Amino acid sequence: MKLEKAKGQIEQPVVSYKDVNKSFGDLEVLKKLNLDIAPSEKVALIGPSGSGKTTIIRLLMTLEQPTSGLIKVNGDPLWHKEVNGEMVPADDKHLRKIRNNIGMVFQQFNLFPHMSILENVTTGPVHVLGIPKKEAQERAVTMLEKVGLGDKLDNYPVQLSGGQQQRVAIARAVVMQPRVMLFDEVTSALDPELVGEVLAVIKELAKETDMAMILVTHEMDFAYDVADRVVFLHNGQIEEAGSPKELFNKPKSARLKSFLSRFHSSSNEKIAM
Amino acid sequence: MELLPELLRGANVTIKVLLASAALTFILAFIAGLGRISKNLLIRKLTGLYVEIFRGTSLLVQMFWIFFALPAFGIHLSAYFAGVLALGLNYGAYASEIVRGAILAIPKGQTEASIALNLTRWQRMRLVILPQAFRIMLPGFGNISIELLKGTSLVSLITLSDLTYQALTLRNTDLSYTMPAFVLLLVLYFIIALPLLYATRWFERRASKGVAS
Repeated sequence: MKLEKAKGQIEQPVVSYKDVNKSFGDLEVLKKLNLDIAPSEKVALIGPSGSGKTTIIRLLMTLEQPTSGLIKVNGDPLWHKEVNGEMVPADDKHLRKIRNNIGMVFQQFNLFPHMSILENVTTGPVHVLGIPKKEAQERAVTMLEKVGLGDKLDNYPVQLSGGQQQRVAIARAVVMQPRVMLFDEVTSALDPELVGEVLAVIKELAKETDMAMILVTHEMDFAYDVADRVVFLHNGQIEEAGSPKELFNKPKSARLKSFLSRFHSSSNEKIAM
Repeated sequence: MELLPELLRGANVTIKVLLASAALTFILAFIAGLGRISKNLLIRKLTGLYVEIFRGTSLLVQMFWIFFALPAFGIHLSAYFAGVLALGLNYGAYASEIVRGAILAIPKGQTEASIALNLTRWQRMRLVILPQAFRIMLPGFGNISIELLKGTSLVSLITLSDLTYQALTLRNTDLSYTMPAFVLLLVLYFIIALPLLYATRWFERRASKGVAS
């Protein structure tokens, strides 16, 4: 583990944010964010709501545009394109090329309701990667079996529980074999008893894949287990970052301490109840 | 009952006008509906202008313009073509709002998920948004097509011998035909409307895949 990480720092980062600012109107959501993600690194973003963690991955998925700053994927600028040595705003074609490296799982699943489970997972491979339908289906079935839904191929999303839908969404994103997977609070919309099955699938995936992962999460145990590095955000800035052990066991900043204590107390309350 | 053949000849014209103008209506509805949510400002403005002009003026006046006034500018259209064009342009403007509204009703998450899969703009529309929006459009489309059927009676005023025109002619030949001719007129319009009702229902059933019942 340690060795891998050391190697990761020498390699070119798969994602890098340089002085990235993002505002919605007067509201500054990200302030001069600098963050590098090494290939195959698993990074958990934690922090209070409104701290900018979801915005970080939405910028990377090209769902929001940065106000200023540069985001690079594999060394290529994401929102910009170099033309004759000058950075100009990227066109749709450039965005699509860079976007090929990135996949995302959403809080609200966002499965396509009019497609069967199998169709949900084959749409990307067939229409974006251009894989023949039969081969795409084989891939999709393998993927769905891996997330434990091999028996739901012909069902529609509405017939599945939230946890099952989220596992389909994971399969739909992973089958595209991106280099970076983004998880946006993927268990926040789930009933408590369904959270475990989704986290288990992601943990399993994290173990066997060399994809980089950026996980926005409120599940501290999960972050502790999965992440190589945990980044604590506050008010659009990185307040503290380090290995899960450092961050959770020996938090330095007062803000992180208070953030974590809120979590501990709330989980203690749950136990007490 | 000797009235029926005359009226059926008119019904034949009515149905021809209906089918052609319905086709035009739905084509224009999609062009203008998609145009009004286009990224391109010029396309948005142009389609917006079309919709407002044709919704904002009377269908009959539009039909008169196309048939009686355009010849003054050297454009001569047959009565059939003028009628179809006026109906299609007018109802297309209304139906475009159904298309636009249905597309905007699809949750943003669907677009975001298709961006995350890296579908192109057109693929997003074709594979994800339109199939879902289509289901929302159907009741509105059903309404429009029945409205359109009733609107076709206006072509009698630009010399086409449609169903309404034939009933009026019968009444002019013999006033005692008034009652039977007008009763048959109602019945025949209703019979033509029935398939439209059933077609809408059939589409709605087919489109309900993946919807919680």
